[in-house]
Amino acid sequence: MMELLATLADMLGSSAFWIATLRVATPLILGTLGVLICERAGVLNLGIEGIMVAGAFTGWLAVYQGADLWTGVLVAMATGAACGLLHAVLTVWLTVSQHVAGLGLTMFATSLSYFAYRVSFPKVTTPPTIEPFAPLQALDAVPWIGPVLASQTALTLLAIALVPLVGWIIQRTPAGLALRMVGENPAAAEGQGLNVVAVRTAAIVAGSAQMGLAGAFLTLSAFNAFFFNMINGRGWICVALVVFASWRPGKALLGALLFAAFDAAQLRLQQAGGGALPYQLYLMLPYLLSILALIVMARRAAYPQALMKPYRKGER
Amino acid sequence: MTQTPPALRLSRITKRFGSLVANDDISLELASGEVLALLGENGAGKSTLVSILFGHYVADEGDIEVAGQPLPAGDPKAALAAGIGMVHQHFALADNLTVLDNVMLGTEPLWQLFSRRRAARAKLVETAQRFGLSVNPDARVATLSVGERQRVEILKALYRGARILILDEPTAVLTPQESESLFATLAQLVAQGLSIIFISHKLDEVLRVSHRVAVLRAGKLVATRATRETGKAELAALMVGREVSLPQRERRPRGDAMLRLQGVRAMQGGVAALDGLDLDVHAGEIVGIAGVSGNGQLALAQLLCGTLAADEGSVRLKDEAMPAQARTWLARGVARIPEDRHAVGIVGDLPVWENAVSERLHTPAFSRWGVVRRKAARAFTRQLVERFDVRLSGIDANTRVLSGGNMQKLILGRALSVAGDGVTPTLIVANQPTWGLDIGAVAYVHRCLLDAAAAGAAVLLISEDLDELFAIADRIAVMFKGHLGAPRATEDWTLADIGLAMAGTAAGTQAEVPHAA
Repeated sequence: MMELLATLADMLGSSAFWIATLRVATPLILGTLGVLICERAGVLNLGIEGIMVAGAFTGWLAVYQGADLWTGVLVAMATGAACGLLHAVLTVWLTVSQHVAGLGLTMFATSLSYFAYRVSFPKVTTPPTIEPFAPLQALDAVPWIGPVLASQTALTLLAIALVPLVGWIIQRTPAGLALRMVGENPAAAEGQGLNVVAVRTAAIVAGSAQMGLAGAFLTLSAFNAFFFNMINGRGWICVALVVFASWRPGKALLGALLFAAFDAAQLRLQQAGGGALPYQLYLMLPYLLSILALIVMARRAAYPQALMKPYRKGER
Repeated sequence: MTQTPPALRLSRITKRFGSLVANDDISLELASGEVLALLGENGAGKSTLVSILFGHYVADEGDIEVAGQPLPAGDPKAALAAGIGMVHQHFALADNLTVLDNVMLGTEPLWQLFSRRRAARAKLVETAQRFGLSVNPDARVATLSVGERQRVEILKALYRGARILILDEPTAVLTPQESESLFATLAQLVAQGLSIIFISHKLDEVLRVSHRVAVLRAGKLVATRATRETGKAELAALMVGREVSLPQRERRPRGDAMLRLQGVRAMQGGVAALDGLDLDVHAGEIVGIAGVSGNGQLALAQLLCGTLAADEGSVRLKDEAMPAQARTWLARGVARIPEDRHAVGIVGDLPVWENAVSERLHTPAFSRWGVVRRKAARAFTRQLVERFDVRLSGIDANTRVLSGGNMQKLILGRALSVAGDGVTPTLIVANQPTWGLDIGAVAYVHRCLLDAAAAGAAVLLISEDLDELFAIADRIAVMFKGHLGAPRATEDWTLADIGLAMAGTAAGTQAEVPHAA
């Protein structure tokens, strides 16, 4: 027991732990913000898992074909936006079930990406690589957290910067108010002269672009190649984190960091624990703790009242 | 020759939904500074007409002019811009947002980088003061009372500079006092030159607030009258299209206490929905429960159907403790008329006969060895349909196609035969039994409840309609925030007293009445 506590204390004091936490958290932050924007507008987007795969693939492919890294980022976001538009057509324009459309989109985008990868690289056995985003060495000079920041890439900083930005847009701008209103009471929004379909469509497209970016982080920053199953459920974690965060960007950041910290911790515990326990138990740990945190945090959460309710004009 | 055009002119509006003609060639004018009441039964086409006016629906024929300018069809934005404001019966507010958020929405261009909240707030406060409507701009709508929410709705329209205000059944959810304050507000608005369309099916308030009355029946405009030159009787006849005789209660002997609640407390969603209830309902009497909806009436009805368990206190029927088990309640002869006939009363996609026997399906009368006795069930249904005069195409039709009145008759028939054919139920729990029914059907339901009481049933009538309670209840108690005041004989209540009790401001809500001589 004392050993375990000592290990934990060591871990929390080591910059390697915090570096890993931030890296794991980045795609979760981006994806969670994406889901949050969609859900504040009243639309569940379970396409996130597939959109992240598609963003990871197209962003990486663009760079592999010779584009620079930031162009790759834009390509990934455009891919996400296109997927979002498809989701909007299905759920907002045609008002089909948001669950079914989202799951369908995930399967479609995932399979299409894998198929395109196989067609583009029929013979390779080891995944072809690119030169990913470099760590921002210059930030080493920042006091205190310098060493942690210096190991991160620009995309991580972008993700963290997006948190207050999204919060400010949602709370402080007319567009943000419109977004919240269509997620709370679309009929009232319509009565105030807003175009509910347009606002919801815009929200889904913007949110999905961030999901595409979340996927691209994995191929353009965390790793340097695209391979199958690399998203590995991160999208679903984002969907849960939004509930954990009670639909607030600040708490979403907190949730993503918490999950990432659990994930980074389990790796270290696994090493420290030797072979005493099967490693699968350690792998389970972050998910188990997330479920517990979700139970504690989300019980009083105030859902956007119109979440998952399709809006049909002229119906009551 | 110059003549100011009317504030609003509707010309020959026609709207069809399938084969139903909801609005049939309706022409109306509204002068500025005028209150026009739109009077009609449910389904007469009032709501359709104003939905067209506000751009929620597009009329099939006809057109609209606001102050002489044609109004584009089907565009709420254009209606708003033309100065038309709408206060919906079911408020169009987002509960999780603040008052200011709700009012500001849509008044700024979406691409603006900052919301000018400070200016908007000043304007809101100024508007509120000018019309004497006080609200806290930063309160979350969910925390406001119904009357306050309605004020926010009116402010929303005034903030945008509305000149024509449409109020859809505005008093349906208000206490008498809140209605009074609404009428005062309306008078102030009219004094400042606004025009108001006031939709209602309540004759008294129409006569009270309007200058002119337009009566709609079955989609047609049947008459327009200056309010001064008409009366209740004429308007009622115009609205219904025939004479209706309303049943009156007569003195009946009161029997033993059938239902006895003592100190009942029940939690629902983390709050005490029922908080220390004491109530006796005797055989042969109708006890009315008044109150603004959402003060625990639903929980009380659920308690008396066995679908909600009491956490404290005793619930006894005929001196036997009752478990929270719906089947036991039915078996002991408790008839229930649920609040929402579509959601709880019937299963719309099942045929009429299955709905008619659903409460007694498990009894030997209708099932044997786990198999439904279809012949017996259908025979019973045919009898019920005939006795209660349910109009339908056949007992195999889906129940959802029945009109509200016929659906309620079916439920009533099923409830009254819960103790067996021709046997009077022990207790009848009727929650809003006449909600949304026309006058004829209301009279029928009242007749049935009075007859049941005369035959010895204990009747608990939960209603938001005070006229209904005063018409047929023997005693009335008021419910407020889960508390039930001591019942008083109907004659001992005045409208003002009951209104105060409904708002929770009178000593009458508590059982403690000081010792009188």
